[in-house]
Amino acid sequence: MRMLIALALVLGLAGLAYLAGRARGNRMVAASGGRIGAVHSRPIYHGAYVAVLALAPALVVLAGWGISGERLIEGQVLGSLPAAERPTAPNDAQALMNEVRGLVNGDLPQAFNPLAPRLAPVYAAARANGDMLAGALAVALLAMGGLWGWSRLRPDFRARNRVETQVRALLLLASVVAILTTFGIVLSLIFESLRFFQMVSPVEFLTGLTWSPQTAIRADQVGSTGAFGAVPLFWGTIFIGAIIAMLVAIPLGLMSAIYLTQYADPRLRRWLKPVLELLAGVPTVVYGFFAALTVAPLIRGLAVALGMTDASSDSALAAGLVMGVMIIPFVSSMADDSLAAVPRAMRDGSLAMGATLSETVKKVMVPAALPGIIGGVLLAVSRAIGETMIVVMAAGLAANLTANPFASVTTVTTQIVALLTGDQEFDSAKTLSAFALGLVLFVMTLILNIYALSVVKRYREAYE
Amino acid sequence: MSTNPAIGHNEPPPKMTARDVNVFYGQKQAIKGVSIDVSAEHVTAFIGPSGCGKSTFLRCLNRMNDTIDGARVDGQIELDGQDIYASAMDVVQLRARVGMVFQKPNPFPKSIYENVAYGPRLHGLARSKADMDGIVESALRRAGLWDEVKDRLGESGTAMSGGQQQRLCIARAIAVDPEVILMDEPCSALDPIATARIEELIDELRGRYAIVIVTHNMQQAARVSQKTAFFHLGSLVEYDDTSVIFTNPKATRTKDYITGRYG
Repeated sequence: MRMLIALALVLGLAGLAYLAGRARGNRMVAASGGRIGAVHSRPIYHGAYVAVLALAPALVVLAGWGISGERLIEGQVLGSLPAAERPTAPNDAQALMNEVRGLVNGDLPQAFNPLAPRLAPVYAAARANGDMLAGALAVALLAMGGLWGWSRLRPDFRARNRVETQVRALLLLASVVAILTTFGIVLSLIFESLRFFQMVSPVEFLTGLTWSPQTAIRADQVGSTGAFGAVPLFWGTIFIGAIIAMLVAIPLGLMSAIYLTQYADPRLRRWLKPVLELLAGVPTVVYGFFAALTVAPLIRGLAVALGMTDASSDSALAAGLVMGVMIIPFVSSMADDSLAAVPRAMRDGSLAMGATLSETVKKVMVPAALPGIIGGVLLAVSRAIGETMIVVMAAGLAANLTANPFASVTTVTTQIVALLTGDQEFDSAKTLSAFALGLVLFVMTLILNIYALSVVKRYREAYE
Repeated sequence: MSTNPAIGHNEPPPKMTARDVNVFYGQKQAIKGVSIDVSAEHVTAFIGPSGCGKSTFLRCLNRMNDTIDGARVDGQIELDGQDIYASAMDVVQLRARVGMVFQKPNPFPKSIYENVAYGPRLHGLARSKADMDGIVESALRRAGLWDEVKDRLGESGTAMSGGQQQRLCIARAIAVDPEVILMDEPCSALDPIATARIEELIDELRGRYAIVIVTHNMQQAARVSQKTAFFHLGSLVEYDDTSVIFTNPKATRTKDYITGRYG
């Protein structure tokens, strides 16, 4: 609450800084007689320049306090306890602080830890002091920045150029956020994976053929030896996402793109293409229902009819088929774009040689569009192997290393979900293996995406 | 090969005849009642200002207008007395007999060899690899490209210069040994030297194939053709020997265009 007030105050003062800068700009323009160029920048730029100089440091202070303030206060509060009473384990300290916060905010009527009521006033005072200090520092910096900026305004001061630079910095910052977030994700994956690899050797993880991530709570428990050979998972992922799904998606997607770009009446294309692309907007969990409730029983019936009496109700085929359907729009839309980008002259040239439309498509259009089509397929594969809901609902959990499409297999994403669902201890190999799996998946899709994008890009250069 | 200097006398029957051809793009009429005979012996040039319909009419002669949505052709066009728009005429065979070269060189993104072999493969003209080699070589020779490319037949057709690409497209067209070759402003994307080379080639091909060339460039029409048709606003204004069109045109509109009054 106090922070919100401080933020509002800072923003309000920055508004005043803007008005002050602009007013000074207006006075300079008036004094110069209004000739173009007599005052380098227009008054709004003077105002914006002053406002930015005032606002930026204040916001940095407030943001810094918002992010790290709580930790500083915690240190201060816990430090106020005599060393003997201080909780030693980090978890205990956290629990204590939670109670303290609960008491101060009025969420808890009473605390279990007898230390908490003693610490509550300390915490409240530290919080108030910290907020006041941060707010005062922000306002002081705002005043200093604003005044300094205001004092620099002259008729020949190039405020416009500086504001442009500031705008560019802001835009750069915005675009860097997504990249930094990705780095953050990668780092957290790597750190957790490293913890896992201290318990299980990477060689076993990447080459082992048995996946049974059970770790014992008691030493004499059955199945106490966890096996972390992830090959069956990688195989299941590739089998469903890159093989079965692509056997469905590549022919159907490519043929629908060929139909839509080459054969379809423009009026038909106008509504068929959006409908096809609508498929991409169906939430994957809905595909999951469909796979688990409709397709899987059908597949099982088929397997039984084929003489497999022990057919599983979860099958690689059910998940793969539905995933293939889900991926069709990705393949067809990329193939559609690539085919449409092949110059019309190429098509005409072939038709004028007496080729039929299908010969033209087969011999000229598809080969010319091939790099784009391949790029689209690779992107679709990377999408398919990262896909979670369909396989969670339809593929099963049994880590079988089999090429039988009627058997139940499991995938990397399914296992991650299984490993992290419910309450987990984050120091066991079982839980940490999820991060290692995530890392492998991330690296796989990253490589696929980079390669696919480079293929697509090379192709674009060829025609533009 | 008999080039008859006295055109108009003892002429063999025309290769293609068009009678009262109208072309519509949707509601818009692009060609209005054009009737013309194309001789097998000559190069026939279609000239006229932009948008006069000369390219549209050219594309009627091998039914390439079929590939344009909303285009409709009526009237009668015959190839050796056969109606090319009749249901008995197969468009694939028609286009094998009436080849086409486009405004912008459009080699396929394949090797030089495969570009030339494309048509013969489609129509099953070669029985063996040696056969095909022979067809490719003779087409490239006739297109005047053989000496330049014989050592790099495996290279991509799109990696050549614009003029070479256009000659490759001509080689591709003549590889199926058509009876008529339609050229839609074949030099408009080329530099003067490459243009001169194509014009020489057209002259060499004359007599072997009936050639119809659409051109913006009146000097080009005068240089390469024996017959010239002047189109204006979708109508055929005048059709006569090239020498007559350029020296003594009958219609005022032709005269104005030839002398650069408009267009």
